[in-house]
Amino acid sequence: MAAAPVRPGAGRSPSVAGQPATEGATAHLSRSRRRRRELVALAFLAPALLGMLVFFVFPLVMTVYYSFTAFDLSNPPRFNGLANWRYLFTGDPLIGTAAMNTLWFVAIMVPVRIVGALAVAWMLTRARRASGLLRTVYYLPALIPPVASTIAFVFVLNPGTGPVNQLLEAVGIDPPGWFTDPAWSKPALALLGLWVLGDVMVIMLASLLDVPTEQYEAAELDGANGWQRFVYVTIPHMAPILLFALITGVIGALRYFTEPAVASATAQGRAAVGAGTSTLLGWPGNSTLTYGQLLYSKAFGANLLGYGSAMAVLLFVVTAALMAVLLRRSRAFTPEVAS
Amino acid sequence: MTGRRRSALAFVADHATFLALAILFLAPLVFIALTSLMSADQAGTAFAWPTQWHPENFAAVFDKLPLLKYFGNSLIYATLATAFMLISSVPAAYALARIQFRGSNLLFLAVIAMMLLPPQVTSVPLYVMWTRLGLTGSLWPLILPNLLGDAFSIFLLRQFFLTIPKEYTEAARMDGCGELRTLLRVILPMARPGIAASSIFLFFASWNDYYGPLLYTSENESAWPVSYALAQLRTARSVDWNLTMAATLVAMVPVVLLFFLAQRVFIQGITLTGVKG
Repeated sequence: MAAAPVRPGAGRSPSVAGQPATEGATAHLSRSRRRRRELVALAFLAPALLGMLVFFVFPLVMTVYYSFTAFDLSNPPRFNGLANWRYLFTGDPLIGTAAMNTLWFVAIMVPVRIVGALAVAWMLTRARRASGLLRTVYYLPALIPPVASTIAFVFVLNPGTGPVNQLLEAVGIDPPGWFTDPAWSKPALALLGLWVLGDVMVIMLASLLDVPTEQYEAAELDGANGWQRFVYVTIPHMAPILLFALITGVIGALRYFTEPAVASATAQGRAAVGAGTSTLLGWPGNSTLTYGQLLYSKAFGANLLGYGSAMAVLLFVVTAALMAVLLRRSRAFTPEVAS
Repeated sequence: MTGRRRSALAFVADHATFLALAILFLAPLVFIALTSLMSADQAGTAFAWPTQWHPENFAAVFDKLPLLKYFGNSLIYATLATAFMLISSVPAAYALARIQFRGSNLLFLAVIAMMLLPPQVTSVPLYVMWTRLGLTGSLWPLILPNLLGDAFSIFLLRQFFLTIPKEYTEAARMDGCGELRTLLRVILPMARPGIAASSIFLFFASWNDYYGPLLYTSENESAWPVSYALAQLRTARSVDWNLTMAATLVAMVPVVLLFFLAQRVFIQGITLTGVKG
């Protein structure tokens, strides 16, 4: 809204402009003012800057270092060259499975969630009365703690007794085993992702409501039908939001942990996921073992902190590449917001 | 005539879809609620309408499980984390939104990188650090970092602060207010929805957190928050489905209540993370 956005870094106080007579004095004043301002900013940012060092920079550096060591909690790290890295790329029998599972969630669950959220949001824009109530109802599952929604879903999709399979049997469909069948466990998690699509849906809805109505009217005058208006007016308008949803979704899939871990343990009905019992992750048959879970189980279940660190570095590299795309393309994340 | 019939058709189709979607989104919750009111025997067999109602399940779940202890832990975790976050992150977000200084762009990018970073990337060194400090087995490794800023909260608060017209801060400065006075007297009262939204988000994130408590408290049951404990009911504790579902419902109550109390700022907050700018 502000008339002329002052770019941070340009640094000059606006009062300098148009006062050539006292330029020297003002420049001096503004320099000291700038110094003062920077000190204030530093004071305001001091805790956060310290946090960045302790919880971001320091662990990143240490993770890279640990990745070249053999390390468990009882012994100090011992340099072992590229052994962890060699094992990561050529030895680990599970890492291929974990990477493929994670890729499945990236390639299938993320787009399905985005399309689902977009469809539900689009329906909501058609609601005249009670749109607030409908929005709340559709959003509600996203609010539930993920552990709770996962347990609930395992129950609802329980093969022998769950209501969904009762229903499928009643209409003559041979019901799948969902969380107990390696072929169906990932689709079951994707269904869970669809049930809790509210978080993405709310963002989509805001963006949909933001499309100028004149553009729709113009398109309609040009003879565009509903679908064409959606493709040529709505989608281009939403491109930044779709990109935002896509990349945060992909990064979410890379860290995907709670739902598959809880589903695996609950569907199995056994003690799992405690320290030392992390071999029970990924059930059935490693079909829900994600990269993040394998990392956890190697580092904290098997106490292979060096190897876990190598996996963490690789995860960071992939995430950083995605972040770079997001930061380059998404308006929400550009530092200079012309508010 | 055809136009009207067509719009009537569209009306019916729309409302049928609204209803179908509402049923799909609510059905699992209804199944959970029904199961939580069944006898243990019925909950373990093919799903059907409850033959007998057992509302006392909700009392039993508090008797049989240290649910109050879990709730207390969650409440301490979420409340302290939120309070600490506000102290550290509000000034940082204000500096990023309203004070010009060299390096502010770079710092903002670092905040975003921290916010998006999967927690697994930094888990190993941080776990080692907290072990050396003797704080594993407690929730402190999850609470204390908020004293040093929470990236997502800083990001969200900054987006909110940017929506406050610059004229207000400039006028305050003209009147000779320092930055701290400007923040406390001018920005904070105007940014109340933003502060509410960021508080609620962090409260929810802490209340719902599973990975953090798994990493730091799994070996010490007395420190378990409710979201982690819930995952242990069917597994480590072999609790029947009816009581598991009762506990699951009880665990949802605080977040759902908080949501209904602050729905407007909540939705506004979500929207601002993705759309604004």
